[in-house]
Amino acid sequence: MYAYDQYDQAMVDARVAEFRDQCERRLAGKLSEDQFKPLRLMNGLYLQLHAYMLRVAIPYGTLNGGQMCVLADIAEKYDRGYGHFTTRQNIQYNWIKLEDAADILADLAKVEMHAIQTSGNCIRNISSDHFAGAAADEVADPRPYAELLRQWSSFHPEFSYLPRKFKICVIASENDRAAMRLHDIGIRIVERDGELGAQFYVGGGMGRTPMIAPLIRDFVPLDQLVTYSEACLRVYNRYGRRDNKYKARIKILVHELGAEEYTRQVEEEFAHLLDQGVEPPLAELERIKGYFRDPDMPDAGQEADRSDPDFAVWLDHNTHAHKMPGYVSAIVSLKPVGGIPGDATAAQMRVLADLAERYSFDELRIMHTQNVVLPHVRKADLYALWQALNEAGMGTPNADLMGDIIACPGLDYCSLANARSIPIAQRISQRFAANGKEAALGELKLKISGCINACGHHHAGHIGILGVDRKGTENYQLLLGGSEAEDTSLAKITGPGFDELGIVDAVETAADVYLRERTEGERFLDTYRRIGMAPFKEALYD
Amino acid sequence: MTEQVPLRLREDEACMEPAVTLEAFGGQTNAVAVRIEPGEDTRELLPHLDRLRRIDIAFPAFTDGRGYSAARILREAGFTGELRAVGDVLVDQIAYMRRCGFDAFDPDASLDPDDVEAALNRFPQVYQSAADARTPIWSLRHQ
Amino acid sequence: MKLITGNDLKTGAVTWWTGDGWSIHIEDAADAGDEAEAIATREEAARRVNVPYVIEAEAGPDGAPRPAHIKERVRALGPTVRVDLTLKPDDPTAAQKVI
Repeated sequence: MYAYDQYDQAMVDARVAEFRDQCERRLAGKLSEDQFKPLRLMNGLYLQLHAYMLRVAIPYGTLNGGQMCVLADIAEKYDRGYGHFTTRQNIQYNWIKLEDAADILADLAKVEMHAIQTSGNCIRNISSDHFAGAAADEVADPRPYAELLRQWSSFHPEFSYLPRKFKICVIASENDRAAMRLHDIGIRIVERDGELGAQFYVGGGMGRTPMIAPLIRDFVPLDQLVTYSEACLRVYNRYGRRDNKYKARIKILVHELGAEEYTRQVEEEFAHLLDQGVEPPLAELERIKGYFRDPDMPDAGQEADRSDPDFAVWLDHNTHAHKMPGYVSAIVSLKPVGGIPGDATAAQMRVLADLAERYSFDELRIMHTQNVVLPHVRKADLYALWQALNEAGMGTPNADLMGDIIACPGLDYCSLANARSIPIAQRISQRFAANGKEAALGELKLKISGCINACGHHHAGHIGILGVDRKGTENYQLLLGGSEAEDTSLAKITGPGFDELGIVDAVETAADVYLRERTEGERFLDTYRRIGMAPFKEALYD
Repeated sequence: MTEQVPLRLREDEACMEPAVTLEAFGGQTNAVAVRIEPGEDTRELLPHLDRLRRIDIAFPAFTDGRGYSAARILREAGFTGELRAVGDVLVDQIAYMRRCGFDAFDPDASLDPDDVEAALNRFPQVYQSAADARTPIWSLRHQ
Repeated sequence: MKLITGNDLKTGAVTWWTGDGWSIHIEDAADAGDEAEAIATREEAARRVNVPYVIEAEAGPDGAPRPAHIKERVRALGPTVRVDLTLKPDDPTAAQKVI
């Protein structure tokens, strides 16, 4: 994985010093809250429902054991012993003090981590495929491109006061495991006639106006990646709407101009920028790629022993095919039955760090589904790994099943939320663990947001739940038919909402319609697409 | 009494002519200073850069970043006159402004000189090529 | 009644206007009446509170003020899914009471 050189380190250290100074000026009254807010947000610091919250960047979701240990240390030293992994492959701490914020950033900088641009109206932490560099279906490891763009977007002088936040995702597979087309810019590295290049999808997103990004350029040569990105951003910075916060994302601009006209403007800006020398040389991309070489993975030629039936279940659900024979990527569930999706204690983080060092070449990934991946595990080590995970409460065999729920922090933590998300997730996972239907249902992606901003990706859930405020009480709308994968689709609302207990019943009702209607081999999503909304509505409301 | 721009990073004498609006500029062929508002298209000025000594770019709110693109576009087109950031210009944004080509600042509220000094010298290097003369890190790595 | 709530600038802790200062316990909160907005503005300017705002509340069953909206009731307690981290870690019904 990437390692800082003296330049990267100096930049991050300077950022810590800058933010320390800004915090001091805020505490001394030299900065008003209005002036300070964009600065603290660009350092990951929110003022949430109960306290300050710090969002730490995990670039493209990759980190090593030592870094995970520091995340654990921070949880204990500055917070309340735990952290929350997010749908943006980051980690959030919920109980931070402003007076500690700069010290935390300094601790992070010692292990080449930071909280730069994890919030604010700027280019955010760049996300990627959690199986990057390990999956068998990639044309390349997408992370060097993400790292190139990370450096380009860090402290970008022109694009730090954009109309709204800006999220970029880079993948390199036809199979989309990162919701690529639901980003402001989704980049897919592709191969054409033996050459690698980048597809640019621009103007996707969730939030209150969900949109699937259209393809605006099918092939950007690798030595024009930064220039093309710069052109996309400049058109947005100049013409994105600033009169209405809710219409300020690039998806609205692309939608209002039309993809064709937006593309024309980008191409015109791109042609101009090609002469401006903004593109790093290919040698820089090669330098970065050097950090992402495969570890030496000799084929031990051994399959996992499936004789323990509980282990076999975990194997079937929580491992993913690796490009190297004898290896898999293992999914660590942060979704125990009745637990808080994505939360991990400091002790669990240390276990993960230790297991990464022992079994996965000291590498971990954070998934947008709020789980953790050990990317390169020898099949022969899986049983020992599974036992250690179980001991730490992280061996639940539920990847992509009903219990693997994405949930935003909701009204328990978030100042924007209208309703609580976590208790709904807890009730549903308990219900389906008790009724035994989870295994029969198979792949079913349930995603819960506590407000229209859609941090819980409810638009992209096979089943989605949206919490709303109905006359001061929590109410939950049910949505069906979304997908964040390569077959991207947006879920549709079934009808009137439900209360806290009603929504759990409604999810079970929808699941039962699927179990009744499915044909051989169909997932929930496939059945929904075949039979449509009507049978579900009938079961839910008649 | 001589007027002074509160912060100027140029050696030449300041042009203190009043700036005309972009709309008025079209009809006033003798104007040497013009003021751009956030919603206006800076590129309308490109055919006339050689007769302009100063361009003011307005920041009605520091969170409106359109002026950063406006400044870069002017510098990319070869404008060498004074580029002045005017309005809600705060110390925590001036380093980025300078990178985009601004070399004078006329803020609504005066800036603390020590804070200005710290802000302009904070980052030892830069990650991007922009409108200033700084060599980006990617270039330093491959010299 | 009208309460003023905000966060402590340094620690971020949720605080409530008591009539002569700020407390993390809503039980200490005082009705700020018609002066609420003026008090909030004054206290924010003095940095004794950050981002204060005025809410409606009524006297609750236990005598403590009960905010009209669930959001401030959650603010007053802490996360309902982690009662151990709230201001009432020993009250198993604390979460139920805010709903």
